[in-house]
Amino acid sequence: MKSNLFPLFIIGVVLFVVLNLSAGLIWVERRLLALWQDRYGPNRVGPFGLGQIVADSIKLFTKEDWIPPFADKPVFVLAPAIVVATALISFAVVPFAPGFVIADLNIGVLFLLAMSSLGVYSVVLAGWSSNNKYSLLGGVRAAAQMMSYEVFMGLSLLGVVILAGSFRLTDIVEAQRGLWFVFPQCLGFVLFLIAGVAETRRLPFDLAEAESELIAGFHSEYSGMKFGMFFVGEYIGVILISATISLLFFGGWLGPILPPALWFAAKTMFFICLFILFRAALPRPRFDQLMSWGWKVMLPLALVNLLVTGAVVLARR
Amino acid sequence: MLSLVRSLWEVFRHAFARRVTIQYPEQKAYLSPRYRGRIVLTRDPDGGERCVACNLCAVACPVACISLQATEDEHGRRYPEFFRINFSRCIFCGYCEEACPTYAIQLTPDTEMGEYKRKNLVYEKTDLMIDGPGKYPDYNFWRIAGVAIGGKDKGQAENELAPVDTHSLMP
Repeated sequence: MKSNLFPLFIIGVVLFVVLNLSAGLIWVERRLLALWQDRYGPNRVGPFGLGQIVADSIKLFTKEDWIPPFADKPVFVLAPAIVVATALISFAVVPFAPGFVIADLNIGVLFLLAMSSLGVYSVVLAGWSSNNKYSLLGGVRAAAQMMSYEVFMGLSLLGVVILAGSFRLTDIVEAQRGLWFVFPQCLGFVLFLIAGVAETRRLPFDLAEAESELIAGFHSEYSGMKFGMFFVGEYIGVILISATISLLFFGGWLGPILPPALWFAAKTMFFICLFILFRAALPRPRFDQLMSWGWKVMLPLALVNLLVTGAVVLARR
Repeated sequence: MLSLVRSLWEVFRHAFARRVTIQYPEQKAYLSPRYRGRIVLTRDPDGGERCVACNLCAVACPVACISLQATEDEHGRRYPEFFRINFSRCIFCGYCEEACPTYAIQLTPDTEMGEYKRKNLVYEKTDLMIDGPGKYPDYNFWRIAGVAIGGKDKGQAENELAPVDTHSLMP
């Protein structure tokens, strides 16, 4: 009986934590951005402005949910669901603590990569179905960006996979008991971090959104909770990439004294804050810079990293 | 690439910098005494009305939000019978203050004039009149002006010579 219900319990906990965290990140991001810009941010509603989360949610839920008459309706409605669904499904393989994982797949890393890249369908379909030139441009940009950054994102992880000898995320974490993979794989970490930011379409890689040039890119036609879904999906993506970084490079739940789940949460939170710092500090590159940077610099670097790691592992054997 | 890392560091250091936000309803920004805010009508140091109802402010007003009616008291001293400023039209340009020959109309550093009803923004003379002399504490128009009013004849103002007797031959 316990073995049947335990996965359901985990699913419930994970959904609760992730969805609440992604809503709370709206507040976290605004407060942190304000901190780095010498402002206060939302600090009026409730203690520390925490009520802002509730206020924002109520606002999003009660806004008019409008579908433009020129849009491709089924696709337009479906698109925002995809980004949230794929990001949430990815959490199925994320181990939060030893034994606390929904599905401990032996191809966990591949599943993560596959699911997070499926998220781009959401953006492309949203851009296409909006029937708006800026949205389409945003969608096309997102497709091109994903295509080029997905390649070395996967390659940058393979060094970790070689060192751990497994695609299973729990094995990878356990393999870091002696030394976090960020030290032997520091190049891979930097590459994955950059690819991860591009993957979540966060600043400085938000070319699909690009308020200053594409108005809001793929979601300019969206309003109400459909826009909210993109918002939440983006934050879930940020949590996912941060969790992945801490699992693959920073030893996941491993750490002294504190309970494992707390270590995992702390490491993940650190990278979420780093994501927000990126947004606060870095300017957006031009699109051609983004592409040439991805193909001409990052991809060769990822290949070299993979080659060297493989050679070292072979030589040691 | 290095410059990006440096800008990340520079931005991160701002976490420990002083915040420039002024938390408005609790804290207030300093507005200089010459700030162009709510308009007031001031009084002489001896408490009399400064306004002589010359209508120059109403003429100078580019949005025609000042309306007044001149009258005279028993001493021959001009003053406005009513004085009305429609602050829903006022653009706080300060031309009325510049036009005023007696420093009666003055703009103050007060901007908190929010109202729920538009007609509450029409200020009458009782709303506009303050008890003090405003920005010019020693100025008293009627003590300086060479106009004869009740209680003060020609030649009796400050620094004013007695009128020349044009029938006399003496210089």
